[in-house]
Amino acid sequence: MTAFDLMRFEDWTDPVRSAEREVASLLPDADEGRPPVLFVPGLGHGAWAFAEHWLPHAAGRGFPAHVLGPRPGGDLRALVHDVVQTAAALPRQAVLVGHGVGALVVARALGRYPARAAVLVAPVLDGWSALGSALRANPGGTLPALVGGRLKLSARQLFGAGLPAEQAGEYLARMDPRPRRELLGRAVPPRPVGTPPVLVAGSPDDRVVSRKALDRAAAAYGGDPLLFPGMAHDLMLESSWAEPIDAILDWLGKQGGR
Amino acid sequence: MHDSPDLGDRRDAVCVVGAGASGLTAVKNLLELGFQVDCYERETAVGGAWNWRHDRSPVYAGAHLISSRQHTEFPDFPMPDTWPDYPHHSQVLTYLERYAKHFGLGEHVWFGMEVVSAVPTADGGWEVTTQSTGGGSSRTQRYAALIVANGHNWDPRKPDIPGEFRGRVMHANAYKDPAVLRGRKVLVVGGGNTGCDIAVEAAQQATRVWHSTRRGYWYAPKYVLGRPADQVNDALLKWRLPLRLRQWLYRRTVRLTTGDLTRFGLPAPDHQPYESHPVVNSQLPYYLGHGKITPVPDVTAFDGAAVELAGGERIEPDLVITATGYRPRFEFLAPELLDVNEHGRPDLHLHTFARKNPTLAVIGLVQPDAGVFPLAHWQSVAVAQWLRLRRTDPARAAVVQQKESVRPLASWSRRQVVPSERHWFEVDHIDYLRSLESLLNQMEPSK
Ligand SMILES: Cc1cc2nc3c(=O)[nH]c(=O)nc-3n(C[C@H](O)[C@H](O)[C@H](O)COP(=O)(O)OP(=O)(O)OC[C@H]3O[C@@H](n4cnc5c(N)ncnc54)[C@H](O)[C@@H]3O)c2cc1C
Ligand SMILES: NC(=O)c1ccc[n+]([C@@H]2O[C@H](COP(=O)([O-])OP(=O)(O)OC[C@H]3O[C@@H](n4cnc5c(N)ncnc54)[C@H](OP(=O)(O)O)[C@@H]3O)[C@@H](O)[C@H]2O)c1
Repeated sequence: MTAFDLMRFEDWTDPVRSAEREVASLLPDADEGRPPVLFVPGLGHGAWAFAEHWLPHAAGRGFPAHVLGPRPGGDLRALVHDVVQTAAALPRQAVLVGHGVGALVVARALGRYPARAAVLVAPVLDGWSALGSALRANPGGTLPALVGGRLKLSARQLFGAGLPAEQAGEYLARMDPRPRRELLGRAVPPRPVGTPPVLVAGSPDDRVVSRKALDRAAAAYGGDPLLFPGMAHDLMLESSWAEPIDAILDWLGKQGGR
Repeated sequence: MHDSPDLGDRRDAVCVVGAGASGLTAVKNLLELGFQVDCYERETAVGGAWNWRHDRSPVYAGAHLISSRQHTEFPDFPMPDTWPDYPHHSQVLTYLERYAKHFGLGEHVWFGMEVVSAVPTADGGWEVTTQSTGGGSSRTQRYAALIVANGHNWDPRKPDIPGEFRGRVMHANAYKDPAVLRGRKVLVVGGGNTGCDIAVEAAQQATRVWHSTRRGYWYAPKYVLGRPADQVNDALLKWRLPLRLRQWLYRRTVRLTTGDLTRFGLPAPDHQPYESHPVVNSQLPYYLGHGKITPVPDVTAFDGAAVELAGGERIEPDLVITATGYRPRFEFLAPELLDVNEHGRPDLHLHTFARKNPTLAVIGLVQPDAGVFPLAHWQSVAVAQWLRLRRTDPARAAVVQQKESVRPLASWSRRQVVPSERHWFEVDHIDYLRSLESLLNQMEPSK
């Protein structure tokens, strides 16, 4: 991991332009002083992917919950900028929870914002490995994208058998993945500022992020992944969505305040 | 001395003096490394200079940043990107208040408490005496380290002008509201950012404005090529262009943007660009060109209703505002602790670390050619890491100290500046950050 990041010529000479951000929030009825949680969806997923289950569930358990939709056409730098902007606008130090490519965005944002804690769910930190998995699980939808066509995600890639096909189809219809070349690569994530606890969570049966990639991601943060066997890549949309978010919130509860 | 002796021992805790931008970032970065922190602030709220409700605040109603937002924000807590390039001072205060709230800093700050004395103890710690403002009781506590973040823009440096003046004389520190300028004949003394800002405000309010400077300056515009000037400047620094070449480019740029100001009667600069603290003001040339501001030389004397200028000319203003800057002050510390010389200037490693006392540091005592907050942030990170290293690995700490003691001064402090009492702590933000970066890397745990 890269260490201190003092020289920021890119931001000093060519700052990211502001754009309107789509943020959906659900606040618990009573403020019990819990840290706000900011969900960051991944490739092709909008704010809706978290608004579906995890956002209301986190709010129900007393966490002010927010989700940030990715800016249309935004490159990785702009997405990171938006996460840091959104987090800094919250009244208290936030917990960042990213899924898939959203976890890559969070990993980058951790170098720029001292999060209270962070959770990387099925993180796509290694673009090549994710591409390999995608080609295996969904060659028909992935290959065209390699030659400039459109990427089409498939139910088999993202969801387990437990999710009714009709529901899966509905989710897929909302997805509009526009992968950028910069996602390919194995970027070294920056060292998180403020040394927050970082949890990597995922499933050994994920068809996008391999078990190996999960282990590598967790090792980079000095831990082991928290595993939910049997689940597919979109943990927050699966029919057993409650199990991982409960485990994540339990873990959060155990990270004592300073 | 103490009316209620109460020698509390805060053991490993660190004491921070001041809750302005520098003190707040010190508190945050110390907490982040697990230190216990007590911060004392003599005012009743955070924000320091930017809290213009504070009597000593140097900020006036119309003040906007001169460093652009991206150069001013803390590196790990950006200002909202919907804010303008140059936010108003009230936004800067809002920002600092949010920073304090976001990181829960308030509960570590004792407001209305002035540090009146800090004395090193035999075991390497500090005995800090605080007194509640308004003359309440005082108490003394022990700390492991002392971080001074008391600011250097609150004690007016007032010029010694011989003679008596019948009109009103005020230092810029007391100037808040342009209403005092309305319908007056105003003389503004001083060519720093404050003097230029006030001259411009006076040009819009007063019936007559003279602006006295004792030398010529490089007045930089706020925008170059449609971008904030400091952002364009950094593009040059990024490529590590040699100083000479940057000076040449600067002169060209000023010529093409601001133009030649000597034709309005301003003296030509007596120094090269980058050799004095940047003055950033796009409106000064505008009002000079509209005849709203008359540039005049140095003031030599007061004489009843008149002010005498170098060269013998006499003018008759009814209000004189001296925008002649501020002096650093460290009354609660014995001067030798900061190696303060006869001019009142501390001599600190990287303008931060006391040379003889390893548990004493000062945050924010720099005049950069960019925003202060990022430098104060990284200074605090370095100080926190240093204090931790001393505790966890004294042998390594000794090695780092040894290495740092031979770091050449010219690598982090401005090499050449115009001779003037205010430029001794002028730094080039890039050189300075690079030095801090190398210090931070030295303190990394060895793998
Ligand atoms: C008009 C003006 C405009 C400026 N514009 C810019 C700009 O555009 N960009 C920029 O980066 N900087 C600018 N500055 C510089 C400004 O000083 C810094 O931005 C910043 O305020 C420095 O913060 P600080 O915490 O070091 O000092 P301060 O803000 O002065 O804070 C020091 C704090 O310490 C407290 N204190 C002092 N002594 C004691 C004591 N003994 N016990 C307890 N508390 C104590 C004070 O009450 C105060 O709250 C400007 C300054 C002025 C005067
Ligand atoms: N808008 C803004 O963001 C803003 C506004 C104001 C100030 N600031 C910052 O605040 C700090 C203080 O600025 P400042 O302008 O108040 O003070 P300053 O930078 O110290 O400038 C003082 C000015 O007064 C002159 N001067 C000093 N003593 C004098 C004397 N005895 N007789 C005649 N002239 C004398 C100096 O001349 P010499 O050149 O000979 O020293 C200089 O021109 C700086 O860091 C500045 O950048 C920012």
